[in-house]
Amino acid sequence: MFEYAPAPESVRPPIKEHYGLFIGGEFTDAEDGAVFKSVNPSTEEALFTVAEAGEADVAKAVAAARQAQETVWGPMSGAERGKYLFRIARLLQERAREFAVAESMDNGKPIKETRDFDVPTAAQHFFYHAGWADKLAYAGLGADPRPLGVVGQVIPWNFPLLMLAWKIAPALACGNTVVLKPAETTPLTALMFAELCQEADLPPGVVNILPGAGAAGAAVVNSAVDKVAFTGSTAVGRAIAKAVAGSRKKVTLELGGKAANIVFDDAPIDQAVEGVVNGIFFNQGHVCCAGSRLLVQESVADDVLARLKARVETLRVGDPLDKNTDIGAINSAEQLARIRALAETGAGEGADVWQPACDLPERGFWFRPTVFTGVQQSMRIAQEEIFGPVLSVLTFRTPDEAIAKANNTPYGLSAGVWTEKGSKILWAAERLRAGVVWANTFNQFDAASPFGGLKESGYGREGGRQGLEAYLDV
Amino acid sequence: MSERLRVKKTYKLYVGGKFPRSESGRSYPVSSPDGTELANAALASRKDARDAVAAARKAQRPWAGQTAYLRGQILYRAAEMLEGRAGQFAEELADATGAAPDAALGTVEAAVDRLVHYAGWTDKYASVLGGANPVAGPYFNHTTPEPLGVVAAVAPQDDPLLGLVDAFAPAIAAGNTVVVLASEDRPLPALSLGEVLATSDLPGGVVNLLSGKVAEVAPHLASHADVNGLDLTGVRDADLAASLEAAAAETLKVVRRPGKGADALDLLRQWTEYKTVWHPAGMAAGAGGAY
Repeated sequence: MFEYAPAPESVRPPIKEHYGLFIGGEFTDAEDGAVFKSVNPSTEEALFTVAEAGEADVAKAVAAARQAQETVWGPMSGAERGKYLFRIARLLQERAREFAVAESMDNGKPIKETRDFDVPTAAQHFFYHAGWADKLAYAGLGADPRPLGVVGQVIPWNFPLLMLAWKIAPALACGNTVVLKPAETTPLTALMFAELCQEADLPPGVVNILPGAGAAGAAVVNSAVDKVAFTGSTAVGRAIAKAVAGSRKKVTLELGGKAANIVFDDAPIDQAVEGVVNGIFFNQGHVCCAGSRLLVQESVADDVLARLKARVETLRVGDPLDKNTDIGAINSAEQLARIRALAETGAGEGADVWQPACDLPERGFWFRPTVFTGVQQSMRIAQEEIFGPVLSVLTFRTPDEAIAKANNTPYGLSAGVWTEKGSKILWAAERLRAGVVWANTFNQFDAASPFGGLKESGYGREGGRQGLEAYLDV
Repeated sequence: MSERLRVKKTYKLYVGGKFPRSESGRSYPVSSPDGTELANAALASRKDARDAVAAARKAQRPWAGQTAYLRGQILYRAAEMLEGRAGQFAEELADATGAAPDAALGTVEAAVDRLVHYAGWTDKYASVLGGANPVAGPYFNHTTPEPLGVVAAVAPQDDPLLGLVDAFAPAIAAGNTVVVLASEDRPLPALSLGEVLATSDLPGGVVNLLSGKVAEVAPHLASHADVNGLDLTGVRDADLAASLEAAAAETLKVVRRPGKGADALDLLRQWTEYKTVWHPAGMAAGAGGAY
């Protein structure tokens, strides 16, 4: 094993000391003057202060978005709308490194991920949807699909910029304007994106960004928007579905998951182990589609577990801005407490816990990669979304048993299948109740590929032709 | 010589391929718009709704597992059966709605044609709605629509036959199974349609037909954890529709609100979910991008 010298990222993004709400193309403070701090979770130091949106601010933003939709963005030709989106994609690519560093600092995720995944994929979403703007009539959703109007969007903290791109790019391509609330703990890249909209000369009011907590999100949901798009927990998704019941608001929800990664005895074991590690430890496990349950066939379980533990021993946990780091900081003290509490139930219910020996930084929010073996389906760590670097390992004997166990949660977002046998992949993929199935790979995302879940993982898709449905009146 | 006594039909529910009375033992009188008493229909209870959902759940995987070609042939068979009994249905429809005999026959024929239309969709909608996605990496990525599962529908109140076809045909064409609550005041054509479906090689439980009170039965369907989709097309009371939608939110059901219309592809899309599968293509493809 080689030792690595620290390789800290040297770029420093121009983070301001204070950000306002972005309404009608301008930064402005909240009507009631409310302000909150955003903290770097790897150091617990405050990064900046930001205005906190209240109901009055939401109403202002929705009015600005309405005016922009009716007078500018809606009437604009699709080709011109598309050119704005192409321009945004290009600016994101130009400023990729700044965004990557800022995201890492505000979120705690490794620079390697923000640099190689979050930011480039966000840019791809704008580039992809830009091309749809003048081709909506060919999307198979009717000859003259119309925009919905003003869209309220509430996004999570796990992929702040990427989730913004998933929400804003298709909404704008389809002719809607947006009021977006970033997560309370990760508003930075959304605010930098607002600056980027100014730089792109995007017409005022087309994009409005309202930082805040749950109350601001509720205010967006309950405001005069035509559509609500939400990514986050199933509990909040359920509340949103109830809140819009009986209204004319359309809604799409991308909620929790408890994905199974199924390793059959004829799998390429080293590749499978790599995929299992990626599946649960990517982004500290703060991934709704994380492969948080490993279902491994009994005959290869010992081998897989030994190789898995050896691989996890090599993961580097620490400074997110170090380019060697595999696992960064947990996003917040609150989330760390939630992970700890659920992990404790695993031990309490009789599962065996294993963690690699690794040093954790003294300050910041950290959790060691954790593997539970001897997990039973009834345990909370096999049923509930932990949203952290915690893997629950279960075994199975027959393919039918694997499918039954994989489907035995209220969720249905994603699943993984590992086998060298093509027919077995197709057999399993057909039976898995999940919106996305990865065969001999995991955690792949693409703007052209629809993403979203079944059952209590929500409804609606993001990305691809199918994702346009969420933002058109069809 | 006394006149021959007419044999009248007992209108029962259609659940799991059988024709039970309501387990509650209740029935309610059904009249034509001019007040003529037509028959008693079974008054479905909460237990009947639950039995129907259980039958639909049991039938769902086998039905979805049939080939699209076979599903199409069965729907076409239902059209054949309905065509053969067009006279009977025209009469029942005229009684139920007060329509003139010609108009009623026209509606029955439209219902036959609608079934034929959906019969032709079963092996096409997946090509239209799904497809291969050109992702930026060495993967074959493919999206296919899959059935939601069990769909519960409140059928239109004024359109007891054609509206009923729209309430079940697109859903089952796409591999779902359904529980339909027929028009409350005009349930008889729906209950007779159960006889058509029962003789069309449609497996029991794929379509289940209930008659009863919307306000009584629909809440049990809306809150049932084994129902995946809820069609509120036939709910007239806006407050009831809102409360049913709120109840459905508890298990995050897909809900079709009243007044959405009945475009065929839109209905097929409504009762499907998309599944996207990634396959590495090429020898160099590894486990993923992150590590």
